[in-house]
Amino acid sequence: MRHIISLLMENESGALSRVAGLFSARGYNIESLNVAPTEDATLSRMTIVTRGSTDVIEQITKQLNKLIDVVKVQDLTDGSHIERELMLVKVRATGDQRDEMKRLADIFRGRILDVSDRTYTIELTGTGSKLDAFLEALDPTAILETVRAGTSGIGRGDRIMKI
Amino acid sequence: MELTGAEIVVSCLRDEGVKHLFGYPGGAVLNIYDEIYKQTAFKHILVRHEQAAVHAADAYARATGEVGVAIVTSGPGATNAVTGIATAYMDSIPMVVISGQVPTAAIGQDAFQEVDMVGITRPCVKHNFLVRDVHDLAATIKKAFYIAATGRPGPVVVDIPKDVTQHRCAYEYPKSVSMRSYNPTSKGHSGQIKKAAQMLLEAKRPMIYTGGGVILGNAAAQVTELVRLLGYPATSTLMGLGGYPSPDPLFLGMLGMHGTIEANMAMQHCDVLLAVGARFDDRVIGNPKHFAKEARRIIHIDVDPSSISKRVRVDVPIVGEVAQVLDEVLKLIQADKSKPDEQALKAWWAQIELWRSQDCLKYDRAASVIKPQFVIEKLYEVTQGDAYVTSDVGQHQMWAAQYYQFDKPRRWINSGGLGTMGFGLPAAMGVQLAFPEAMVACVTGEGSIQMNIQELSTCKEWNLPLKVILLNNGYLGMVRQWQEFFYEERYAESYMNSLPDFVKLAEAYGHVGMTIDKPEDVEQALRDAFGKYKDRLVFLNFLTDPRENVFPMIPAGKGLSEMILL
Repeated sequence: MRHIISLLMENESGALSRVAGLFSARGYNIESLNVAPTEDATLSRMTIVTRGSTDVIEQITKQLNKLIDVVKVQDLTDGSHIERELMLVKVRATGDQRDEMKRLADIFRGRILDVSDRTYTIELTGTGSKLDAFLEALDPTAILETVRAGTSGIGRGDRIMKI
Repeated sequence: MELTGAEIVVSCLRDEGVKHLFGYPGGAVLNIYDEIYKQTAFKHILVRHEQAAVHAADAYARATGEVGVAIVTSGPGATNAVTGIATAYMDSIPMVVISGQVPTAAIGQDAFQEVDMVGITRPCVKHNFLVRDVHDLAATIKKAFYIAATGRPGPVVVDIPKDVTQHRCAYEYPKSVSMRSYNPTSKGHSGQIKKAAQMLLEAKRPMIYTGGGVILGNAAAQVTELVRLLGYPATSTLMGLGGYPSPDPLFLGMLGMHGTIEANMAMQHCDVLLAVGARFDDRVIGNPKHFAKEARRIIHIDVDPSSISKRVRVDVPIVGEVAQVLDEVLKLIQADKSKPDEQALKAWWAQIELWRSQDCLKYDRAASVIKPQFVIEKLYEVTQGDAYVTSDVGQHQMWAAQYYQFDKPRRWINSGGLGTMGFGLPAAMGVQLAFPEAMVACVTGEGSIQMNIQELSTCKEWNLPLKVILLNNGYLGMVRQWQEFFYEERYAESYMNSLPDFVKLAEAYGHVGMTIDKPEDVEQALRDAFGKYKDRLVFLNFLTDPRENVFPMIPAGKGLSEMILL
């Protein structure tokens, strides 16, 4: 099962390596990991996408809670939540392809951030599967470069993780 | 008044009440050593290798219940300490290790004696700190002691760059610590505790299984009271020995890979299992799938939530300090009008006695060579069960655990989790320094003792009258045993045919050495060691049966009922 685990941790140097080290030492998967300070600069918010059985996910949350720098852990997939990923794609856009690319970006509600006579750089946000779908819709030879930020997630409605 | 970082380190240790500091000086910690030289609040014990400093501090903590403290320099001093830190981590021992670091400006420059100590120790510490600013130093050391000692204890490393020990700031040792990210649970959930008490009273085939958490959590009195109140059978892991008095008939002996038949079978066939401060590890229950074949309900009390339902699904998890939780359980059971089912309990005990009657710890007492088990039995007799026994790792460790009848907590000191050869002698030093008047025996093998034998020199410096009980069978015995059982007797590199003359070696270090090769001389040698040579370190080289094996044995990956017997 795919799980999105959100955590708040002290914004200390080395905090990220404690989490990454925990996952590698105990053989847990990381599909994506994304971290940045919150509005309170002493705290970082991390979103980890992982896969595992219920037992493994239970261990992951317990082990994360055990890290001294970790303040709070939540499995977002336990309840309703929103998830988004950001992707930047540089595509070849020449001749007839230019219009076609523009249309495709519009259909996926992407934005063209940068234009050159040979390329477009498109920004796209959405769930991972939407981003995958966009890439699949493109002619593979037209994709010059992709950058994905990893999933961010937040609970719906009154489901809030804060200290 | 402003103090230097080095003065602050020493002041913090003084204010923390540290009495013994184990360490080895070097460039990065010279400023701190200069302050150690000037103070009288605590003693510094100079070891001969940093690993020994950490093991000695670790054993000091195990024996006293206080936080052990060691100090090492940067680079090789720090890496030499890592085995000791990992040993303490695996057994959840409260310890603070101060390591020197190159000056902050040199960090990351591959400076002389630089190593990323925080990075290297991250997977084997409860927590670690790199102190970059002298203003954070006192608060960090306070936090280190607090984290080491609370919740599930463990080692904490404080890495201090040399320039930080020179910088100055005002000193105040914080009185308390409050951390939003670290608040271990101490009190168990009352609803769960009620369920546990109920389940215990309903049991038809109960079993109480206790581990190192009982020792660390100072819950031996509660465990003893509960077992006696209910009249239920009890067993202990290697780490929990002494949590319940071993000679008592309600105690079935140690369980696990080299546990007794009665303990392992009762564990496998019970219908209600109470696990206290134990973690169902591979050396205890063997194969978890085999363990799960029999239906039983499990209550698990542990201070660390991540130990619960890790290898075995638990029905009633209770997170909290084991002593506090057991106090609550005891209150409920005492107040409850219902009593355990006497008939069922009688039948269960009859079954257990049947298992026990196989006398699985029997060995050839009439042998003309010294049996290692016999030495441990005599050690128990001569010390009247009152010694602190440290051990190294291997066959001798298992025999000490099986045949020395520990009846008090904190008397059995060994590396259970990491299984560190070389632990025993420095551990004995730590214990003897903590309790100068106590009898301290280091049970060891000729492989293990050579891994930290240089500490005989430290023992001389401090006149530590500990006794080295060397069960010398000329083999790396446990390796040899596995090779005999599982590798068709191909004894690859498990025989040491160039052993030193241990008597001369002991004498070279200024101690008393004896070689004992006849069973009839064993007792007198031990009596001399603890009597005539009471005030000396005595190195007893017992030449024991080289073919002796540790029984019972559950092969790795097998289940509790799949024991190999003598």
